[in-house]
Amino acid sequence: MNTWTRRAFIGAGTITGGGFLLGVAGFTLAPGRHTLVSADAGEHGQLTTWITVTPDNLITILIPHCEMGQGTPTALAMMAAEEMNADWRLVRVQEAPALDEYANGYIIRTLSGDYVPAVMARGVDYGAFKIAQWFGFQVTGGSTAVRSTGEYGMRVAGAAAKEMLLTAAAQQFGVSMAECTAKSGRVLHAASGRSASFGELARAAAALPVPTSPALKNPDTFTLRRTAVPRLDIPSKVDGSAIYGIDVSVPGMLYAAVDFAPVQGGRVVHVDTKPAEAMRGVTKVLVLEEAVVVVADSFWRARKALAALTPEFHDGGNAGVSTETIFAAFDAALGAPPQMPATAATVVTADYKVPFLAHAGMEPISCTARVDGTHCDVWTGVQDPLNARSTAAKALGFDTDQVTVHNQLLGGGFGRRLPFNFDYVDLGVRIAKAMSPTPVKMIWTRENDTQHDYYRPAGMSRHAGALDANGVALAASSFYAGGGNGEAVFMPYAIPEKDADAKDAAHPIRLGQWRSVLNSQHGFFKESFIDEMAHAAGKDPFEFRRAMLNQQPRFKAALEKAAAMSGWGTPLPAGEGRGIAICESFGTIVAEVAHVSVSPAGRLKVLHMYAAVDCGDVVNLDTATAQVEGGIIFALSAALLGEITIKDGRVVERNFRDHQMIRIVDAPLVSVEFIRSNALLGGLGEPAVPPAAAALTNAIYAAAGVRVRELPVKKTPLVKQA
Amino acid sequence: MAITLTVNGTEHLLDVEPDMPLLWALRETLGLTGTKFGCGIAACGACTVHLDGRPVRTCTLPIAAAVGKRVTTIEGLAQNGTLHAVQQVWVDAQVPQCGYCQSGIIMAVAGLLAQTPNPTDDEIDASLTNICRCGTFARVRKAIHQAAAPRTEGAAS
Repeated sequence: MNTWTRRAFIGAGTITGGGFLLGVAGFTLAPGRHTLVSADAGEHGQLTTWITVTPDNLITILIPHCEMGQGTPTALAMMAAEEMNADWRLVRVQEAPALDEYANGYIIRTLSGDYVPAVMARGVDYGAFKIAQWFGFQVTGGSTAVRSTGEYGMRVAGAAAKEMLLTAAAQQFGVSMAECTAKSGRVLHAASGRSASFGELARAAAALPVPTSPALKNPDTFTLRRTAVPRLDIPSKVDGSAIYGIDVSVPGMLYAAVDFAPVQGGRVVHVDTKPAEAMRGVTKVLVLEEAVVVVADSFWRARKALAALTPEFHDGGNAGVSTETIFAAFDAALGAPPQMPATAATVVTADYKVPFLAHAGMEPISCTARVDGTHCDVWTGVQDPLNARSTAAKALGFDTDQVTVHNQLLGGGFGRRLPFNFDYVDLGVRIAKAMSPTPVKMIWTRENDTQHDYYRPAGMSRHAGALDANGVALAASSFYAGGGNGEAVFMPYAIPEKDADAKDAAHPIRLGQWRSVLNSQHGFFKESFIDEMAHAAGKDPFEFRRAMLNQQPRFKAALEKAAAMSGWGTPLPAGEGRGIAICESFGTIVAEVAHVSVSPAGRLKVLHMYAAVDCGDVVNLDTATAQVEGGIIFALSAALLGEITIKDGRVVERNFRDHQMIRIVDAPLVSVEFIRSNALLGGLGEPAVPPAAAALTNAIYAAAGVRVRELPVKKTPLVKQA
Repeated sequence: MAITLTVNGTEHLLDVEPDMPLLWALRETLGLTGTKFGCGIAACGACTVHLDGRPVRTCTLPIAAAVGKRVTTIEGLAQNGTLHAVQQVWVDAQVPQCGYCQSGIIMAVAGLLAQTPNPTDDEIDASLTNICRCGTFARVRKAIHQAAAPRTEGAAS
């Protein structure tokens, strides 16, 4: 029974009110689901991706992904609506509930119709691979939603729905299905001039058998996809009505403020709770293993009372850890640079360093929970409500079916709210249990959020490259510490010897996934080093790369397009420069050119960023563009300013005054163009991030002659030493 | 001690301490959650509202400072069911991504345009210091110019 099957199954059933719903059930280990889902499957919640058509002609599409700013629900709904030939004005979206039946992790396995995506064979797309491992999750991450749930779920569900509606119409009209066409939410029979709306047909369609292999539209006939359809969530985000996790209100709820042991791995030793208990609004002071918590009738009162306490914390044995000790360990682990061939005319070596980074989503972490006897409700914003549910169940000693997660809009995710990073769900439900049955909203301050994140790993790399007498690359190898994988270190260039080896240097800092994961470090490492090799060879950095991409036509095309967009090679005023970089991540190739100016005093201004993006094809042109624009700004903010420093085992940075983010004054123009290569769809949430830092520092070198080998850029004076 | 507060044209009597930041009174006491908590130190601007028409950051502003003044939040920016010009261009230019910071940015921009109907890029840079982690800045700038344009053609501000 527990064998994997490759086919995606489709099921349909009626719902109360005469509607019609349909989904792709996909792979499952559950007994009885290797067959077509039965007609009443919807009532059992057995379908994965649902399309509901109601008699009022509205089409409601249930989305098994969260909305964290990327317009994912809109893009996914477009993919289903396109196949249905629906009237887009009548399409609505709703986030699927946090139930196993809506797990989406399986869909990624269909990327190439096989157990593990074939693209893994060349060592790229690690993100998709990781998500595939999270099979039973309902995760939004790894830039996978559109290319997996959309391409292999939404499209098939939409196509099947259309076929059922056409069949129902043909039966009603007494004609053959082949004579009927679906257009703008109606089925038409041209010969007789008869037509019926999807809503009118929904009940009859729902009673029909479900096609197992509905025909998908030829992309040449798309009318909705590739257009810039306005996002469905935006109206609620301009009038204050959008509800994020932190905005949830549950009748009778109290508020919790938290003071964590500051050292990673630390514990509460002692606290005199009396000063807080005497203060207005305070209900209770909880002394937990890792934190002191004040519960009060307002968050501000809880915080104020918490500030009156002076808890003693144990340092967890990590008080000696600092950024310096961590990088010293990296340096020692890296050892001597990689060996270069004896035939080399020139050997280039360089080390690069990148810091720990926090996610710093604008919405501070929060979790509202109510534990009432044998049930727990959780209101929060997560990138995977199913893992949040099991985290809550585990913390309470409950079964997962005793927990309901009500997922809300996310005020930024960037990886902080992925599975295995749910410390706030764990803590939130423990606080609610202590206050049971009163619901409690736990809110983290910005300081909590900054200092108790799962950080983007700091890392260091040591490179050596060899050139022959003509400046042709013979070898480019590196050692790295701090994390990496086959996708992150992949270099597309035709260099006879290429290697990248991990060196281990463990430390106790808590790590997680940060937008583009390990590609964010390695994009900077490898694309900085290839740039240094180009300069050592006396060649133009764009031409040097291009000459090594003849076997990689998609890379070459993207590189050429970014260069052309930026006017690469045309003269610039003194003190200005362009830098180029290219990376593939999450199945998408992005080439970026940064255009910067550096004043004689070393003042940097990023003027313009250009991105050429090959993600196969775009679904929503505007949200796709927005993801690239935003990814570049996110990456630049980190490259210019972002840094989490460890001192005495604790995070030094606290809030936005000492943990700076770029603002509009620093934000460059961003130009984005897409290449329609018709390759497998790639992701878009993350791939704009990896090339940005290297494009930036390569441009700084071109402008000022200063090679920045350590991020953030602010640590390096940009005045060329005499 | 009761505090009288006028928010979006309605008077409220609140039993809160005078030093409670206006943000928390709006969010928790009045349930106006469109105004966001972002940093608590007036560094990010997510909590921006208008006090007598001028943008202020409310996470550090004691409620006492708002007594006797008109507080306008994002929920009160639209008039008679019609979006404020800034809200409308925000939809037209598809500015928000996660949207969390946008209430504050919209309030800051509405305040800027009330004072400077057609701001230059330098004026925008000097005035708008809000943080957006999704990186919507280029669209924010474009939308500000879009919102400003009709005003220069004689529309009422």
